[in-house]
Amino acid sequence: MTALAEKTGFLKHWDRFNGKRFSPYFEPLRQSARARFQDLPFPTARTEDWRFTSVTGLLGVPFEAPQSLRVDRQALPTLPPGDANCLVFVNGAFSGALSNIGNVPAGIKLGSLAQAGAETAERLKAVMGLASFQDQVFTALNTSLFDDGAYIIVEEGRVVPRPIELWYLSSPGQKNLLANPRTLIALGKNSQATIVERFLPADPLSALGQAGAYFTNAVTEIVLGERSILDHYKIQKEDTNAYHIAVTQVAQGAASSFSTHYFAMGGGLVRNDVRVRFDGEHSEATVNGLYLAGDTQHIDNFTVIDHAKANCASHELYKGILSDQAHGVFNGKIFVRPDAQKTDAKQTNKVLLLSDGATINTKPQLEIFADDVKCTHGATVGQLDDEQIFYLRTRGIDEKAARGLLTYAFANDVIGRVKINALREELEQKIIHL
Amino acid sequence: MLTIQNLHARVEDKEILRGVNLQLNAGEVHAIMGPNGSGKSTLAGVLAGRNAFEVTEGQVFYNGKDLLDLDPEERAREGVFLAFQYPVEIPGVTNMYFLRAALNAIRKHRGQDELDGAKFLKLVKEKLNVLHIADDLLKRPVNEGFSGGEKKRNEIFQMAVLDPRLCILDETDSGLDIDALRIVADGVNSLRRKDRAILVITHYQRLLEYIVPDKVHVLYDGRIVKSGGKELALELEAKGYDWIKEQAA
Ligand SMILES: Nc1ncnc2c1ncn2[C@@H]1O[C@H](COP(=O)(O)OP(=O)(O)OP(=O)(O)O)[C@@H](O)[C@H]1O
Ligand SMILES: [Mg+2]
Repeated sequence: MTALAEKTGFLKHWDRFNGKRFSPYFEPLRQSARARFQDLPFPTARTEDWRFTSVTGLLGVPFEAPQSLRVDRQALPTLPPGDANCLVFVNGAFSGALSNIGNVPAGIKLGSLAQAGAETAERLKAVMGLASFQDQVFTALNTSLFDDGAYIIVEEGRVVPRPIELWYLSSPGQKNLLANPRTLIALGKNSQATIVERFLPADPLSALGQAGAYFTNAVTEIVLGERSILDHYKIQKEDTNAYHIAVTQVAQGAASSFSTHYFAMGGGLVRNDVRVRFDGEHSEATVNGLYLAGDTQHIDNFTVIDHAKANCASHELYKGILSDQAHGVFNGKIFVRPDAQKTDAKQTNKVLLLSDGATINTKPQLEIFADDVKCTHGATVGQLDDEQIFYLRTRGIDEKAARGLLTYAFANDVIGRVKINALREELEQKIIHL
Repeated sequence: MLTIQNLHARVEDKEILRGVNLQLNAGEVHAIMGPNGSGKSTLAGVLAGRNAFEVTEGQVFYNGKDLLDLDPEERAREGVFLAFQYPVEIPGVTNMYFLRAALNAIRKHRGQDELDGAKFLKLVKEKLNVLHIADDLLKRPVNEGFSGGEKKRNEIFQMAVLDPRLCILDETDSGLDIDALRIVADGVNSLRRKDRAILVITHYQRLLEYIVPDKVHVLYDGRIVKSGGKELALELEAKGYDWIKEQAA
């Protein structure tokens, strides 16, 4: 297939929407993203950053834009408790009925991008477009096609008292659905927030793997103002027939603190980028992830920490648990720019292989151009320890429970760091019954 | 309680146990001594169900049951406990979580109710006190970062909580200083009962001054080559193993 032939299917969506879309404020950006999308090739086996992940299967599916919005409330997963602020999107479109955006604390603005007014759009200009589409074809696709998504603006000095939940649900009612959710988060100076993004199938049938293919192509952009603090979580539990390609792009102001935890538990073909850039000094970033894959799932984790300024620290811990014929990828780039003296960067990837058929590709990539820095990276791949299993069994714990306990212990390194109690317990339960 | 008959076991192609016979009755304490590499830990491992060891001949009966037929967890639930010579570290699992899972698995097998958090805590705190172990052990990951002596004490603590019938202690005394040795020995002695048997593997007569055995056996080159009363341990301490080796040759 030629580069253009691969694109025509996607470009059709654009023509359908052209000129009559929501949020006209972002139209110029869409136009240029569309132009770039046409020119950029899709990654191939020769594309360095995509060496271990093939999108050939994805390009063969005739994806369609979301059409009508049919929501069967009873088919939905359990929504967060009534008093938590929650924005719910079904097949990419905001659902006011399912969301809870009453009682938003003062100094916080949140809502649907499609409904954003001129003033909000103006405020979001510093965030929108942070994820570059110049060399990222899927970001170009999202930017040219997105119709809706969430925005959260926290004003200077405000502290958001409770986690804000963003739910992106995909309903398999429609075949070969393509959704391009967009999330924009802006934290003002000295502000603080906790935000949870979730990507889920909207239908229990789909959770059983009986739904058709769909494609979530998500972009999340986050700007942290000076001395702001953001605790971010992403829970990805897409259907096993789903394609999930996503970028979380972060820019940190001086003395800010960003922490993200990514939990990949679903999806057939998954690629998740976390890209963090330090735009000011004395900031810190914690970038953690846990990926669980079985059957023939393919989960690719791609992280970039750009130490563009001096005196910043980054800590990265990814852990993978792979069984059956699953394939995991971890690619961790760390750039230390010439001026970024006193950088402290640490990267760790640990993988547990529970079967002979599971594979992992790990690739640390450190590019260091400053001399007074501390950068470490490490990767381990292992299996459950027979000696530990035997020890547990001699105490009366059966073999299956022993394996579950040791798997849990492995994952607990990441799960244990989740600061939201309910979320941590939810994840613990998921692992212990693996 | 435990009858071992002509037990042969090997690892890969190497025969390590070459015809062990032993009779241990309820209420008794027996000691097994012997030079390095004579097969003491192998015997303990075979009794606990370590699958690296292949039994090629012989039988083991535990309370009339064919012990070798049971999985390690079934043996534990039936009351067999091995205190490891080298206890295993399990990062990420707290002693509390581990021990509660173990105890409840065993209680379930015995037809007893699972213990709730409060009752469990009361039980373990009692046992911790007896062994002079600080409560914070419960929150620490199993054996991770423990000193050699702490690990050994933790084994005896687990034994006290799990309430086994057959206790096998594999060199529990090595790595303990004299105070810790006395505490551990007191702990073991407090577990001596008419319906419980204890097999103590050790190199040192010192431990046997505190845990006084009914019988002492010498394991050499995969066989029990000599058995006697507690005075045999003293003799070994004084004379070493050479005379035993000569007799066996
Ligand atoms: N897993 C194994 N693989 C190979 N050889 C083994 C294994 N386990 C034990 N052996 C060998 O079997 C023999 C007996 O070992 P064992 O550990 O039973 O001795 P021991 O009497 O407990 O010695 P020590 O007093 O040093 O603890 C030794 O020669 C040892 O090297
Ligand atoms: Mg030994």
